[in-house]
Amino acid sequence: MHALGEQIRAQIPYQRRNAASLALLGFAMVLTLAAFAEVGLARDGSIPAGLFVYGGGLVILALVAYAAQLRFAPFADPLLLPLAVALNGLGLAMIYRLDLDTSADRKAAELAGKKVIRDAADASGQLIWTFVGIALFVAAIAIMRDTSNPDAKLSFTPKTAQRYTYIIGLGAIVMLLLPIVPGIGAEINGARVWINVGGFSVQPGEFAKLMLVAFFAGYLVNKRQAMSLIGKKIGPLSLPRARDLGPVMVIWVLCLGVLFIQKDLGTALLYFGLFVSMLYIATQRVSWVMIGVGLLAVAVFVITLLPFMAHVNQRIDIWQNPRPYFDGGCLMKNGKVVPVNPNTDIFKQAKVTLEAKAQQQDAAGQKATALQTRLVGPGWWACTKMGGEYSDSAQLMKGMFALGQGGVLGTGLGQGKPWQTPLSFSDFIFDSMGEELGLTGLMTLLLMYALIVQRGMKTAVAARDPYLKLFAGGVSFALALQVFVIVGGVTKLIPLTGLTTPFLSQGGSSLMANWILIAILVRMSHDARKPAPQAIQDEGMTQIVSLR
Amino acid sequence: MSDFTLTLIKLAFLAVLWLFVIAAVGVIRADLFGSKAATKAASRAASRASRAVQQRPPKAAARPPQGPPPGPPQGPPQGIPQGPPPHGGQRGGGGPTRLVVVQGERTGTIIDLTGVPITIGRANDATLVVTDDYASSRHARIYAQDGQWIVEDLGSTNGTYLGRTKVTRPMPVPPGVPIRIGKTVIELRK
Repeated sequence: MHALGEQIRAQIPYQRRNAASLALLGFAMVLTLAAFAEVGLARDGSIPAGLFVYGGGLVILALVAYAAQLRFAPFADPLLLPLAVALNGLGLAMIYRLDLDTSADRKAAELAGKKVIRDAADASGQLIWTFVGIALFVAAIAIMRDTSNPDAKLSFTPKTAQRYTYIIGLGAIVMLLLPIVPGIGAEINGARVWINVGGFSVQPGEFAKLMLVAFFAGYLVNKRQAMSLIGKKIGPLSLPRARDLGPVMVIWVLCLGVLFIQKDLGTALLYFGLFVSMLYIATQRVSWVMIGVGLLAVAVFVITLLPFMAHVNQRIDIWQNPRPYFDGGCLMKNGKVVPVNPNTDIFKQAKVTLEAKAQQQDAAGQKATALQTRLVGPGWWACTKMGGEYSDSAQLMKGMFALGQGGVLGTGLGQGKPWQTPLSFSDFIFDSMGEELGLTGLMTLLLMYALIVQRGMKTAVAARDPYLKLFAGGVSFALALQVFVIVGGVTKLIPLTGLTTPFLSQGGSSLMANWILIAILVRMSHDARKPAPQAIQDEGMTQIVSLR
Repeated sequence: MSDFTLTLIKLAFLAVLWLFVIAAVGVIRADLFGSKAATKAASRAASRASRAVQQRPPKAAARPPQGPPPGPPQGPPQGIPQGPPPHGGQRGGGGPTRLVVVQGERTGTIIDLTGVPITIGRANDATLVVTDDYASSRHARIYAQDGQWIVEDLGSTNGTYLGRTKVTRPMPVPPGVPIRIGKTVIELRK
């Protein structure tokens, strides 16, 4: 694993950076409180009540997390916790701000007797999930004790996962498949990635991500030498043996399975990219990256030819040309797009036909069927009748308009209209941020993600154990790739696929999984940065080494 | 609230956002260039290491090196650390600044000399880990003392060679002279 020109830094012993960590944490809290204050000042001209509830709540949670880090991982990297708190706090402020507007809309809609959108921004819910997430962070670094103390009870370190590599791999697959089990699984917004547990919807894919990293790391630690050394050389590529390639193909097929069954392009892309990057970290062979990218290209090409995967084609078509799909478009078999938005004749005719049908059903006394008929979208109905595939690019385009509205400096928190974009609080929260903070603010958000990833990679470099190296590298890359896929999607750099924006998006599963991810990195960075055990006497064959 | 005030608040918030990111980068700057605190910690560690060597019982291996000491002669270095250790080329034209692996499995590896002792061996906690059947787990160490870099064999099976001499006691390392450890050859460079 040693590349040419690799640079090692002589380790500086006893480097605790707790003061820096606390100072930055304080800064992150100021940032969150300032965001709440700006929302209130812009909307009502006064400091909002939410500042004390939400901002204060987050401040207490962050201090608890810091105390736990000081107690259980004093040599931890100083940046991970403050950056996570800052992103979580900014997300909470944005959700609070969207909640103020959408809840007013909801009340108006309820008063007018209209159908109320159940799925809307919910700041108090997000604060509760933040609480759960930070509680998991504290629990995780408390349970994953210092590895130098093997006698500790409940000693479960990141390294312990190496013993259960295949069980964890199996667990990850089970987690992935849970949403398609009838009875537990639930389909929300067209993606079947949820399960219902005791009244809550959980996205098991978020946790499966961490388990897959642990599995890949355990598997590659054993295989990396065979994978990097043995193989036929053809030109610049070295082709691996079939038995080394086999598991890669299994993962590839698995990801395709996720894509087929759950219609979740983003998750499939995330898992496959994760595996290819970890292969590269383990073997340092560019040929593996090329094989991986090649397989992905083949998969996408084959899928675009399959008739029952038309929605993937459509995603790509919307990405290239979203205009005809605005408020509803219909992709026909011959590849042409027929707009079916409310201004078109097709839509109006379909609406009239549907209404007539509903009235007929009413007259026949079938109240329930009539109600269902009235809920059918005329655009979708007309499109299906024409034999095409219906889709709507409104959220993508409105998100782009929001970004354009924000410009370089943004409208200022509380002064834009980000709630006009559907899902402005989850998938499209990056666009909401862009409208109110502008390019200037978005750059800082991306830099915060970049810094978390950099600290994770730094931890991987500093770790001495190859398994932990791969684990830390994989976890950081997963975060980076997830940010790329969703931010690239909502800014129309790549086709849009639904993934959560880590720490910003509203949603419990995502917050919990990402706080566990930060806890793992904090623990690993503590182990990598703490001073090596010092020999008490260094004469003779036997050495006495202090473990404390 | 007037539009002007709101614009000011907006710009102030963006400034705070950027200050946060800049502060965060400032914290990790130490990783790249070495902060004052880190340099101090390193110099403390170096002086502690050199004291530890000199306080050892007067075996042959613990004698101070016999190279010409740079600068005016001073009292015994117990107690107060004397001046800064040789540190990353900050003493213009002074000691070496880098340790470079010129032969062996890790050829091309560079370690910056910051005043911290460098251990070489097969053990996982060595600064430079060599996977080589001819190296011992704790093979040799290189540390700073009185402005010089000293190589010391830590009782290895196959020995450490400075140039063509076997290292039997701590010896000062002039820049450019190869140190051979098993199949690995390293050099100090300016």
